[in-house]
Amino acid sequence: MTNSTLGRSLAALVAVVALAMLPFAIKEIYYVNIASQILLYAIFALGLNILVGYAGLVSLGHAGLFGIAAYVVAYLLVAGHGHTLAIAAALIATLIATAGFAALALRAAGITFIMITLALGEIIWGLAYRWISLTNGDNGITVATRPAPFGIPLGSARAFYVATLIVFLIAIAGAGIFVRSPFGAALRGTRDQPRRMIALGYHVWMVRFWAFMFSGLLTAVAGILFVYYNQFISPQALALTASAESLLMVISGGAGTLLGPVVGAALVVIVKNVVSAYVERWNFMLGAIFVAIVVFMPEGLVPGVARLTRSFWRGRSRRKGKLTVATGPRQ
Amino acid sequence: MTFWLLLTVNSVTFGGLLFLLSAGFSLIFGLMRIPNLTHGSMFMLGAYFGTTLLSGVRGIRFDFWLAALICALKVALLGALMERLLLRRLAGQQLAQVLVTLGVSFMVADLCLMGWGGDPISVATPAGLNGFVRFGAAVFPLYRLAVIAIAIVFAIGLWLMLERTQLGAMIRAGVDDPQMARVVGIRVSQLFTIVFALGAGLAGFAGLIGGPILSVYPGIDQDMLPLALVVVILGGTGSLLGSFVGSIVIGFIYNFGQALLPELAYFILFLPMVLVLVLRPQGLFGGQIL
Repeated sequence: MTNSTLGRSLAALVAVVALAMLPFAIKEIYYVNIASQILLYAIFALGLNILVGYAGLVSLGHAGLFGIAAYVVAYLLVAGHGHTLAIAAALIATLIATAGFAALALRAAGITFIMITLALGEIIWGLAYRWISLTNGDNGITVATRPAPFGIPLGSARAFYVATLIVFLIAIAGAGIFVRSPFGAALRGTRDQPRRMIALGYHVWMVRFWAFMFSGLLTAVAGILFVYYNQFISPQALALTASAESLLMVISGGAGTLLGPVVGAALVVIVKNVVSAYVERWNFMLGAIFVAIVVFMPEGLVPGVARLTRSFWRGRSRRKGKLTVATGPRQ
Repeated sequence: MTFWLLLTVNSVTFGGLLFLLSAGFSLIFGLMRIPNLTHGSMFMLGAYFGTTLLSGVRGIRFDFWLAALICALKVALLGALMERLLLRRLAGQQLAQVLVTLGVSFMVADLCLMGWGGDPISVATPAGLNGFVRFGAAVFPLYRLAVIAIAIVFAIGLWLMLERTQLGAMIRAGVDDPQMARVVGIRVSQLFTIVFALGAGLAGFAGLIGGPILSVYPGIDQDMLPLALVVVILGGTGSLLGSFVGSIVIGFIYNFGQALLPELAYFILFLPMVLVLVLRPQGLFGGQIL
C-alpha cells in the first residue's frame, strides 16, 4: 500500500466516523435533519453523476425517476401494503421506467439527449400533476409511517439519519466500485472516444444502457429515502426545477468525481435550507452560483479547488509553472 | 358544435401566441445549436415589464401597443447583453451554454418574484378590442382574433426578413453551415447577438400580448418554456415554417387535451416531442429554414 492510498483510507475512515458521530454531537434536531437531507440528495447526485460525469450524457429528467420511486412507495402505503412490498415495488417500477428512458434517450447524445430526457421528465411530472385520481394532484400524498428495519423504528430524526447514512455509505461504495471496475473504464471510454470504443469491439449502446440503469437504481433509492424523510410527496419534487437542481449538485461539486456530487449536494441543501433563513433570495443565489461555476470553474468545486491548491504549491516551488487545466467532459 | 368551434378558435389563438414565442427560440436553436432555456424567462419579463408600463410609470400610463413595443425592445436588449456577456465567453461549449441559460432562468424567476410579488397580475384587454364577434351561437372575444392576426402579420414579416433581406440571407447561411458562412466573410458571432436579441424581443412581445389571455404569474416561465421546446422540436430547429406549423399543432393538442383528457393533458403534449426526437430528430421540417 502506497503512502497516498493509506492516507486516503485513513481520511475516509475519519470521515465515516465523523458522519456517524454527527447526530450525537449536534443538539438541535433541525441540523440533524439537514444532514439527512444532504445524504439523501448526495445519493441522488451520485446516481446522476454516473450519467453526467462518467458517461458524458446530461439528463434533465432524473427528477421524474426520483418521483416515480417516491410515488410508488406513497401510493402502495396509502393502499395499505407493507413497507417491504412498497420499497421493492418502487425499485422495480423505477428500474422499468429507467429502462424506458434509456431506450428512448440513448438513440442520441449531446443536446438531443438532454431534450429527450427533459421531455420524459415533463411527461412524468405532468402525470403526477394532472392524473389526480392516481396521484392526488397538487395536494400530494402523505405517508403516515416510516419503516422499522430489524425492529428499529426510524421515526426519530437521529434514527433516520443513521439509516440514511448506512444507505449512503453503501451507495457511495457501490458507485466507487462501479466507476473503478473495468466496466467503469469502458464507460469513460464511451464518453471520451465512442468511435474508438466501437472499433475496439465494445457495444457502446449497451455500456451506456447499463450505466443508465445503475444511475436509475441510485436515483430510486434516493427517491424512496426522500418520501420517507418528508413523509409526503407532491408534483413539485418532479418538476424541471428539481432536475435542474440535481444537475447543479453534480456540476457544482465536480462531474466525474466521486466526492464532487456529495459536496454539491451539501452546497445546494445548505444554500436552500440554512442560507434561506437569512437571505430571502436563495433561488437567485442558486442560479448565480450555477452561472458562476459554469463560467469560472467548469470542472466543479472538488477538482477546481484541487487544481487551485496544486497550482498554489507548484507556484511556491516554481514560480512560473504553467498549470495544466483538467477540464471535465465537454461536448 | 359551438363547443368545438370555440375550442378551435382558442387553439388557433394559442398557436399564434406560441408562434410569437417560438419563432425566435427556433432561430436561436438553429443558429447557435443550443436550446435557450431563458426563453420562458424572456416571455415572463416582457409580461411583467408590460404590467408596470400599463399601470403607469411616474403618472404616465402607456398605451397597450406602445407598451408591447417598449417591452420587446427592453427584453431584446437584455437578450443581447446576455449573449455578449455570458454566452460569448463559452463559445463552442454548447453544454456549458445550456447550463448557463438554465442558471440565468433561475435568477430571472427570483428577480421577478422580488419585483412584482407572488400574486397573479391580470392584464386588461387593450381598448377597442373588448368586444365580441358573433358567429351563429358562438361568441368570440375580439382580442383572440386579433392575436391570430398579429401572429400572421409577424409570420409574414419574419418570412420576408429571412427571404428578402441581406440579414435574412446571412442568418439562413449561418443556420445552414456556420463554418462555410464564416469562410465567405459573414460575421457569424455578430449574427448570434442579433438573432438572440431578435428572439428575446419576440418572446418579450409575446409575453405582454399573451397577458390578457393568460395573465402574468410566477412560474409562467416554466409553463411556457416547455411549450416552446415542444413546438421547436416538432417543427425542426431553425425552421420558420416548422415553428409555425408546430405552434398551430401544439395549440390544438394543448387546448383539446386540456378540454377532453385533462388527466393526460401533459402526457399527450410531450409525447409528440419524444416521438419526433426518437424517430425524426431533425424535426418535421428540419433542414428547411422557410
